[in-house]
Amino acid sequence: MASASHISVRKTDNLIRIDFIDRNILDELNIHQIGEEMLKVIETEFRPKVVIVFKNVEHMSSAAFGTLMKVNERIKARDGQLRLCQIQPRIHEAFVMTKLNRIFSISDTYETAIASLA
Amino acid sequence: MTQSARAFRCEHTLRELRAGLEAVHAEVQDALDAHGFDDGAKFAIRLAIEEAVVNAFRHGNRSDPNKSVFFRAAIDAAHAAFEVEDQGPGFDPASIPDPTEDENLEIPSGRGVMLIRAYMADVEYVPPGNTLRMVYRKPT
Repeated sequence: MASASHISVRKTDNLIRIDFIDRNILDELNIHQIGEEMLKVIETEFRPKVVIVFKNVEHMSSAAFGTLMKVNERIKARDGQLRLCQIQPRIHEAFVMTKLNRIFSISDTYETAIASLA
Repeated sequence: MTQSARAFRCEHTLRELRAGLEAVHAEVQDALDAHGFDDGAKFAIRLAIEEAVVNAFRHGNRSDPNKSVFFRAAIDAAHAAFEVEDQGPGFDPASIPDPTEDENLEIPSGRGVMLIRAYMADVEYVPPGNTLRMVYRKPT
């Protein structure tokens, strides 16, 4: 049975804003679905500029990190750019501990994330 | 009062990953509240339990529906100790590449054990490696 979407997507030209709907990004099936949904959105764009907003997210697992890395790879393969923003401090700490803050461009706010896009 | 709360102990046999985890999370978070653990501790412990139990089901039991995961917890005012045991053959934790090394940074998997080690004070894999013991110590 198809389950409800776990993200909301807003597109303006080639700028794509993705918000997580769920507070917890933990369940593997949901994480897989999130990855598929994100990739589907990206596949239709050339040089996509993508901002993923973490405002609602309180918990996420290492599986979610893996999905974000796959999405990042796909965006780069399409000559696009990815920014992450509004990550809560405890989750940001996990990005730093895993050194994934070196892989992802992370901004405090949505506005600074957009401003950092070339 | 928090300081006088009796030590909490529980033991669960988990047969389904998500349903088992939700039950464990609810019970453990209530016990952590009762013993005065703050939000940072609760975040760390929830993440460590999540990673440990998922690893036990996926990698330990190789998602075999006929196998279970055994979860034990002991929580008092100063410590939160957990044991997660799967029914797999075990593994050598030293065989897991460090995901924070430059050459491994872009590999999408392999961060669960690293996060457990980062958030918990003591982490031990009991030979043959199918039982994980981990302890969170409340800062003094």
